[in-house]
Amino acid sequence: MDNVSAYEVPTTEAVVTGREEVTRMESAPIAMEARNVNVWFNDHHVLQNVNLEFPQNSVTALIGPSGCGKSTFIRTLNRMHELLPGAKLGGEVILDGSDIYTPGVDPVGIRLKVGMVFQKPNPFPSMSIGENVISGLRLSRKKISNKSDVMEEALTKAGLWKEVKDRLNVSAGSLSGGQQQRLCIARSLVLHPEILLMDEPCSALDPGSTRKIEETMMELKESMTIIIVTHNMQQALRVSDHTAFFLAEDGKPGEVVESGPTVELFHNPRDSRTDDYVHGRFG
Amino acid sequence: MSIAAKTHKPWRSIDKTVLMQQLIVHLGTPFLAMFITINTGFSGYSGFLVVWFFLHLVTASLLGKFGKRKRAVSDSLFEVLSTAAVIAFLLFVISVLEPVFQLGLENFQVHHLFEDAKDTGVDTSLDIGGLGHALLGTLMTVGLATLFSLPIGILAALYVTEVRGVLTPFVRFFVQAMSGVPSIIAGLFAYAVLIASGILTYSGFVAAIALSILMLPTVARTAEEVLKLVPDDLRSAALALGGTQWRAVRMVVLPAARSGLVTAAILGIARVIGETAPLLLTAFGNREYNLNPLEGPIATLPTYIFQQFLLGTENDVRRAWVAAFVLLVLVGIVFSLARVVSSRFKQA
Repeated sequence: MDNVSAYEVPTTEAVVTGREEVTRMESAPIAMEARNVNVWFNDHHVLQNVNLEFPQNSVTALIGPSGCGKSTFIRTLNRMHELLPGAKLGGEVILDGSDIYTPGVDPVGIRLKVGMVFQKPNPFPSMSIGENVISGLRLSRKKISNKSDVMEEALTKAGLWKEVKDRLNVSAGSLSGGQQQRLCIARSLVLHPEILLMDEPCSALDPGSTRKIEETMMELKESMTIIIVTHNMQQALRVSDHTAFFLAEDGKPGEVVESGPTVELFHNPRDSRTDDYVHGRFG
Repeated sequence: MSIAAKTHKPWRSIDKTVLMQQLIVHLGTPFLAMFITINTGFSGYSGFLVVWFFLHLVTASLLGKFGKRKRAVSDSLFEVLSTAAVIAFLLFVISVLEPVFQLGLENFQVHHLFEDAKDTGVDTSLDIGGLGHALLGTLMTVGLATLFSLPIGILAALYVTEVRGVLTPFVRFFVQAMSGVPSIIAGLFAYAVLIASGILTYSGFVAAIALSILMLPTVARTAEEVLKLVPDDLRSAALALGGTQWRAVRMVVLPAARSGLVTAAILGIARVIGETAPLLLTAFGNREYNLNPLEGPIATLPTYIFQQFLLGTENDVRRAWVAAFVLLVLVGIVFSLARVVSSRFKQA
């Protein structure tokens, strides 16, 4: 059997530095925590007992084959899950010390703290680039004090300012796919979220745009916590500090098989299924 | 011998054999059909057309099967039949439009658009009076009806696509059922509830209510279809940015569906602009301008056409054709406007 891995294995040196960083990270405070999260759609159990901690100012990657519940899980973290028909939930999601599913908690408030970037770039087609950036403020009825400063700050953080500063009034549809996705990131940043959820943000993009978004993520994690779903294991290795491997075995609900520091999970997995998956032997 | 020098268009070249075969089918069959019509029991112009149609059908199919450009018989049959259907359709449309345009343009005078009919009696010359009062009445009643049914129709569509409340199947069912309501029933309803009961008199307002009943299902169904086309991703994005559902609908969903909603309005207008029966019961008709839609009978183009035809004299029938022409042009203008408006939204 061929054991050649599908990606480039980092050198030992990288592994070691990675671990050192991880130790530092593990002592970091926890930004968000999922406790025993279970998800059903009607009577169909799709996620079982997910327990994960997301340390502050780190990137956590959720990997796993299609249909294992990664995207479903990420939607439970900002209360977008409940918008799907037939959605049910068990367990708790702790943010700032309390469960976001406590009765009486306003989901809109949660979504302001936990931003989200979707798989397909989805700028609002009826708005210009600039309007898209500040659309979050208008949607949530926040006061907009200085429009152009807000636009510049968010677009700069998303790495798009230089490309669009002269055409803020142009329709967002005129941007390339990668630029549109960065615009969507800028749109989320305007609300200053504590946590940014990214659901396969690069799966529809070319390598160049992917690289730019990854660079943006590395800068953003200085000021927030990022949780990213990805199908691309090289990407998980490149950008994430922690990784959780989701798997749904035949007919069973999805679960977290293994989670931990990314480098460890990729190079010294505890579970043989993780080993098989990260080495491209299935999935 | 140079190779690259000669440019040519290979797709343009015509194979002589194919050309001959085509000529025989397209030019030969009419002659053969003429021969058959003259020498057999088929007679006249229509007989010729029938014979020609079937001859052409058979020869074109045979050509498809055995000619130089071979195709399946079913393919060439399909082509001939669908072409025949298109021609039949165009003949139909043209034969409706032709007399309206011919008689309308022949008798139309510009002052007709502005003058009313208070000074015209039976069979008055077309140099006097006009149909301005009916034109204005149509604009007023249809405008009011649009004002009533557009918001209600769009809100009903939003209930079905966005709120998805428990009443959704009922709303769908009633909208569908309502689109089958005969227009005279809508007129009778408005007459019985508002006029016969003494609440209101014949007026543009009551007419607009009768027309709204007819417009609503068209607007609601079209709006539902276009709102369904707005990608769910946009709704999710708006909600994820901390929008309430109403804010998301107002800021994102409705603007994204703008051009489609314009179409919904236009289709609604097209549905009622030519309605006559409900207007006879509610607007009644008038010989002069009535600028107040809330009170008193009001003239509209369809009722004007109807009443002029009933008078039956030469000049009155001509007036009816002029009104029919004006109505048709009005419909054309509304449709072109809608095209322009919705294409402009799409570009934005």
